[in-house]
Amino acid sequence: MSGDTINLTLKIWRQDGPDAPGEFRQYKLDGVSTHMSFLEMLDVLNEQLVASSEEPVAFDHDCREGICGMCSLMINGQAHGPDKATTTCQLHMRRFSDGDTITIEPWRASAFPVLRDLVVDRSAFDRIIESGGYVSVSTGNAPDGNAIPVPGNKQEKAMDAAACIGCGACVAACKNASAMLFVSAKVSQLAILPQGVPERNARVLNMVAKMDEEGFGHCTNTSECEAACPAEISVSNIARLNREYLRASIVAGS
Amino acid sequence: MVRVASETLNSRVPDGPVETKWDKHRFNMKLVNPANKRKFSVIVVGTGLAGGAAAASLAELGYHVKSFCYQDSPRRAHSIAAQGGINAAKNYPNDGDSIWRLFYDTVKGGDYRAREANVYRLAQVSNNIIDQCVAQGVPFAREYGGTLANRSFGGAQVSRTFYCRGQTGQQLLLGAYQAMMRQVHLGKVELFARREMLELVVVDGLARGIIVRNMVTGQLETHTADAVVLCTGGYGNVYYLSTNAKGCNVTAAWRCHKRGAYFANPCYTQIHPTCIPVSGDYQSKLTLMSESLRNDGRVWVPKNSGDKRRPSDIPEEDRDYYLERRYPSFGNLVPRDVASRAAKERCDSGYGVGDSGLAVYLDFADAIRRDGEDTVRKKYGNLFHMYEKITADNPYQTPMRIFPAVHYTMGGLWVDYHLMSNVPGLFVLGEANFSDHGANRLGASALMQGLSDGYFVIPYTIGDHLAKTALPKVAEDHPACVEARQTAENRLNQLLDVRGRRSVDSFHRELGLLMWEHCGMARNKSGLETVVGQIQDLRDQFWKDVRVMGDGDTLNQSLEKAGRVADFMEFAELLATDALHREESCGGHFREEYQTAEGEAQRNDDDYSYVAAWEHHGVGEEPTLHKEPLTFDNVPPTTRSYK
Repeated sequence: MSGDTINLTLKIWRQDGPDAPGEFRQYKLDGVSTHMSFLEMLDVLNEQLVASSEEPVAFDHDCREGICGMCSLMINGQAHGPDKATTTCQLHMRRFSDGDTITIEPWRASAFPVLRDLVVDRSAFDRIIESGGYVSVSTGNAPDGNAIPVPGNKQEKAMDAAACIGCGACVAACKNASAMLFVSAKVSQLAILPQGVPERNARVLNMVAKMDEEGFGHCTNTSECEAACPAEISVSNIARLNREYLRASIVAGS
Repeated sequence: MVRVASETLNSRVPDGPVETKWDKHRFNMKLVNPANKRKFSVIVVGTGLAGGAAAASLAELGYHVKSFCYQDSPRRAHSIAAQGGINAAKNYPNDGDSIWRLFYDTVKGGDYRAREANVYRLAQVSNNIIDQCVAQGVPFAREYGGTLANRSFGGAQVSRTFYCRGQTGQQLLLGAYQAMMRQVHLGKVELFARREMLELVVVDGLARGIIVRNMVTGQLETHTADAVVLCTGGYGNVYYLSTNAKGCNVTAAWRCHKRGAYFANPCYTQIHPTCIPVSGDYQSKLTLMSESLRNDGRVWVPKNSGDKRRPSDIPEEDRDYYLERRYPSFGNLVPRDVASRAAKERCDSGYGVGDSGLAVYLDFADAIRRDGEDTVRKKYGNLFHMYEKITADNPYQTPMRIFPAVHYTMGGLWVDYHLMSNVPGLFVLGEANFSDHGANRLGASALMQGLSDGYFVIPYTIGDHLAKTALPKVAEDHPACVEARQTAENRLNQLLDVRGRRSVDSFHRELGLLMWEHCGMARNKSGLETVVGQIQDLRDQFWKDVRVMGDGDTLNQSLEKAGRVADFMEFAELLATDALHREESCGGHFREEYQTAEGEAQRNDDDYSYVAAWEHHGVGEEPTLHKEPLTFDNVPPTTRSYK
C-alpha cells in the first residue's frame, strides 16, 4: 500500500537469559510503513537482524488482535505504548514520527522476572488464580442456566471486570509493581455474580495472600494501572476488593 | 491414482436411532472404579476450550492429569479470540428451536460431509454446556429480568446463540481455565506451560507419552501416561496469513500423523468473508470482523472496473450490490463460503477496491440513515473501533474494506465416535479432530464443539479405553521413549545445522502464497498438480537454505518457528493431495471444474460421500487413503440453495 514511511532509531533491551546481565542496544530501522502494527515493525527488525547474522529480539505475542494478553512491552516508558485502551499488537506505527527514537523494554517487576530480551515470566498470575479465582463447580453439577437469574446491571458490571486479559500492564505501570487491579478484576467479577457468593470470603483472603507471597507491591491509589490497562478495567474494582477483604477479614475473625 | 485401502474405517458408531445412541452407549461403555481412577494418568496437550475443559473434567473425576501448552499461560489459547458466540438448543426464546433442529442445521451447513451420530450428540450436550458455563460464573449477556439473552447468528432462522459482548471465546476459555486451575490447586492437574509437543510415544501400538521441548531452557522432556489427549487446534497457518494466532501450528497433530494417526479431510478449510484486507508485505496476520456485521452492512463493488473514485462519490447507479443481485432471498446473509467466493469472483474480474484491488466494500450508510449512528454504535461500536485502529478509516463515514481470509479448518486427525484416533490411547478433541463440521462450519459452532468434546464426551469415552486396555507402566527410559526423544532432538539439530541464507518467515510467506493461490477459496486440477511440485521444491530449498539463529538450549523463537514451518511444508502437500483427489465441490472445498451453470458448488454424493483419512508412509511418499463411508439416515442430502 502506498502511504508514508518513517525512519526510526530503536533502543531495545537485550538480555541472553534469566541470569545474564542485560543492556540496551541501538538499531536503525529505515522505511517503516506507518500502516504496520508495532509488532510487525519488530518482525521487520528481526528479519534485518537475521540477514546480518545477529540473533533476533525475543518478544511474547500470539493472537495479534488484542485479546490473548501475551504481548507486553514498555514503549517509551509506557506499558503497551502511548494509545489508550490498546495492546502493543494493536498499536500502529502511524502513531510515531520520522526520526523518532523508541525505547523498548520488558515489563519491570520482581514478580515478573525477565527470561530473555523482552520476554518475562508471568506465571505468578496463574498461581494467584489457582489460589481461589474460580467457582468450585465440577462438570455435571450445574443447574439450568436460567435457574440463576442475574440482573442485567450486575451482569454488565461483572463483564466489565471479567474483560481483564491478564497481560500484566497494570503491574508494569505501577511504581510499586502492585497486582491489585488484576486481582480485583477477578474478585469483583465473582463477588458481583450470585454464583461466586458461597466462596466469596475465602477467595479474597487467599488471592490477596498469594499476591503478597508472589512479591507484588502494595497499592497507593495512583491509578497508573487503570491508565495503562488495555481492557479498561476500572480502579473502582480495587475499592471493591478492599471492601471484600475487610468484610472477609471480619467474618473470618468472628 | 490414489492408493486406497480395501477395508473401510470402523467409526464405532453405536446401533439404534440417532436420538438414543449416546444415552445407550454411555451405559454400555465400561467404567473405571472411582478408587482406581487415581491410578491412571492422562496427558492433555493444549489448553483451549477442548483442552482446558478436558483437563478440568478428567481431574475432577480423579484421574491424574498433565496439561501442556506453548503459551506462557493456559489462559491464552486461541479459543480466546472467538467473538460471536456459542450455539445451544435451549429454545429459551420459544422460537421453534430443538436438539433436532440444531442437529439438522449443522449437518446441512456442513454440506453433508459430517458424521450424523457425532453431530446429534453435539446438539444434545449443547444445553449442558450453557448450564456448566453459567455455574462457573461466565457473564453471558442477560435480559433486564435476569434471564439469558440470545441472538441470531450466521443466518440461522432461530435465536440460539449465547454471547458475552464480542468476547464470548474469552469468557468461555477463562471459565475452563479457572476450572482447571482449581484442579491445579488440588494437585490433580500438573501444569506445563511454555512446552511444545514434538513427538508422540507409541508403545506396543498404544499412545503412551509425549516428548516436549521446554521453550525456556531448550531441554527436551519425556512425559508418559496411560492416554494422550490432543487438543491442539487447527492448521490455518499453513496459509501463513490467517485469523489464527501466530503460534497456532500443525506440529503436534502432524507428528502424531507420522506416528500412524490418520489425517482426515485436510482440504476442508474455511475462508471467512469479512476480514480486514492485507495492507502490505510485512503483514503478519489477518483480523476478523465479526460475521454479525453483515446483518446491517451491504456489500458492494463499483459497476465499472477500475473506478478509482472515493466510495462516497460513486452514485447508486454505479454500484453493484452483487450478493443482493445474485442471492435475492438471502442477500448479504449468505453462508460464509458463498460470500467469500462471490467476493473473490468480483476481485478476480477486476472490480476489487483499495490499492491492492483485493477488497470489497461493506457499507453501513443505509443502516445509519435508517437507525441512526447511535444504534449502529451500540451494536457494533467495538468492531468499528478496532477497524479504525487498524486501518485509520472511520467506518461511520466511509465503507469498510473487507476481504476473505483463512479462519478455521474442519479437517483434522481422524477419530471414531469415542474421539479416539486409529492409534489406541490417542484421543483428539476440538478443532484438531475432523468430526463434527463436515465440509463447512456454521458460526458459533466451534466453541460448542470444543466444550462438548472436553466437558461431556471425553470424560466418558476415555474410561472405556482405560478400563479395557492392559497398560503396564512405561518408564522414561523405555526404548520407545528414547527413540522418540532422539528423533525430536535430531530434527532440532538438523534445523540449526542448515545455516543457510533465508529467514524462516520468508519461507513461511512463500508457502502461504502458494497455498492461497492454488489451494484457497477455489481449486482446480492443474493448479493442484502444479502446487504439489512447488511445495516439494520449496521444502527442499528450506532444508538447504533456512537460517535459524542461536542455539537449541535457550529460549529461541527462530527455532520454534522453524520447526513449525518445517511441518507445514510436509502437511501442505497432504492438503493439496486431498483437494486433488476430491473431485467435487462441497462446503469450504470448491473445485472450479465442479460447479453449476450459476457458479454454485456441485457435490457428488455418489462418489464422494465419505471421510478421506490418509495414512502416512514417509515424507514425499504417496499416502494411503482410508475411507469412512457416510450415511444420512436422518437428514437426507439436498442441494444448498440461497437464491
